[in-house]
Amino acid sequence: MSMLEVRNLSKSFGSNKVLKDISFEVEKGQVVAVIGPSGSGKSTMLRCINQLEKADGGTVNVCGMSMFTAGENGGAVYAPAKTLREIRLKVGLVFQNFNLFPHFNVLRNITEAPVRVLKMNRKDAEEKGMELLKKMGLSDKAKSYPFELSGGQQQRVSIARALALSPEILFFDEPTSALDPELTGEILKVIKELAEEKMTMVIVTHEMAFARDVANHVIFMDGGVIIEEGTPDEVFGNTSNERTKQFLQRFLE
Amino acid sequence: MSGKEILDVTLILLEYLVPTLKLFFFTLLFSIPLGMVVALLKMCKFKPVSWLTNIYILIMRGTPLMLQIIAIYYAIPYLKISENLPVFLKNILDGIDIQGDAFMFRAVLTAFVLNYAAYFAEIFRGGIESIPKGQYEASEALGFTKIQTFFHIILPQVIKRIVPASSNEVVILVKDTSLANIVAYAEITLKAKQQMQIYSSLTPLFIAGAFYFVISMVMTVVFTFIEKKLNYYR
Ligand SMILES: Nc1ncnc2c1ncn2[C@@H]1O[C@H](COP(=O)(O)OP(=O)(O)OP(=O)(O)O)[C@@H](O)[C@H]1O
Ligand SMILES: [Mg+2]
Repeated sequence: MSMLEVRNLSKSFGSNKVLKDISFEVEKGQVVAVIGPSGSGKSTMLRCINQLEKADGGTVNVCGMSMFTAGENGGAVYAPAKTLREIRLKVGLVFQNFNLFPHFNVLRNITEAPVRVLKMNRKDAEEKGMELLKKMGLSDKAKSYPFELSGGQQQRVSIARALALSPEILFFDEPTSALDPELTGEILKVIKELAEEKMTMVIVTHEMAFARDVANHVIFMDGGVIIEEGTPDEVFGNTSNERTKQFLQRFLE
Repeated sequence: MSGKEILDVTLILLEYLVPTLKLFFFTLLFSIPLGMVVALLKMCKFKPVSWLTNIYILIMRGTPLMLQIIAIYYAIPYLKISENLPVFLKNILDGIDIQGDAFMFRAVLTAFVLNYAAYFAEIFRGGIESIPKGQYEASEALGFTKIQTFFHIILPQVIKRIVPASSNEVVILVKDTSLANIVAYAEITLKAKQQMQIYSSLTPLFIAGAFYFVISMVMTVVFTFIEKKLNYYR
């Protein structure tokens, strides 16, 4: 079953067409890397799927539930609020700049949504939170506040926070871009471990080596369209597409 | 002034500290929630509401509080004698007794609350708008409702940010209560002025000043404590 189906997704900001008929699918357990130059619409695509931005047209299905469908005269017709909420809980999003809640300690950052949104009791949520922290190698930081952590540690907490809701798909928007180069490794390692556990993930990244290593599917976007997609070998190895070549060239230099 | 006279004056002024503090606390009690509402109205996406709220804020902050106290205190008596008012309004006005102390207190309090709500509203709005968009987005992506987001994620951070500015307003309010003497509201400044004339001495004014000073200091200490308490995160 495909976990995510995107058909002809389009989105404009004013007269600026940022997404033009984007279509792709993500299968269960797949790790998809989305690459492309700045301004190509990668973030906007993730934000539309995560309901932080309203799409203008197209169809998106998540775990067999329809988020919106193309209306008769073009626009996107969204599902009822209840369905949208259900879909929201199936997807998780990890931000470039973490967006942790500064007034909560690390554990509370992770447990707050399970407790308030899923109505889990606090004790169970904390047990699960501690488990996730252990997995992230941060057991000793449960009582720390975000400002006391390094960027890499903060990003690992934010991954734990997203995982605490047990999402079916996890989206990452450049999870290492706000980090010092020496800290990106610890995040990539965590994502790699999640991939080994067959977590379904869509990762927007500028780390080409990582994309090649971890992803089993690569999407190259430019100017609001998907220029090319395929296995890492197809895209990185021997692409015949001129624009992909040009883009990758810049990363090899 | 003799020591005994000073003691007498101090005791009298102490008695009139009560109406001063009453005005102070009731102003805070009403103007803080009202300020919150005004802040939300000003941020309303429906422009006419936002504009009207802004006009209210501009007037309150752009004209003297003393003038506002006088205007509100005399507005109702003047309206009462005016001829061409709608009947329902006339009925309401007829029901208001403008003689007693209770009316004076309510009129003065109304002026203070309306004025301070405008100041608090701007502080709250600044606080709310200073919270990064990412906080809302993270909260939304985690499935919190709008109301949960506001009360559990945004508001606690706003409170931390507005404590210093609010503390300023509160200390100013301590001293602003003296403006109520303009309509003969029997508070400490009015009494100090009377005692000054009785004894032909400035000492009562100094004593009143000392009272204000002490209350301001207490408020400053309280707020410094709150600020410290909220300093557990950045
Ligand atoms: N809220 C917005 N309002 C107006 N224009 C926007 C908004 N968000 C994004 N855009 C525009 O949409 C285009 C795509 O932006 P987007 O952030 O999706 O690109 P991106 O591929 O994520 O780039 P980057 O690699 O720099 O993160 C850009 O031209 C950007 O200016
Ligand atoms: Mg982006």
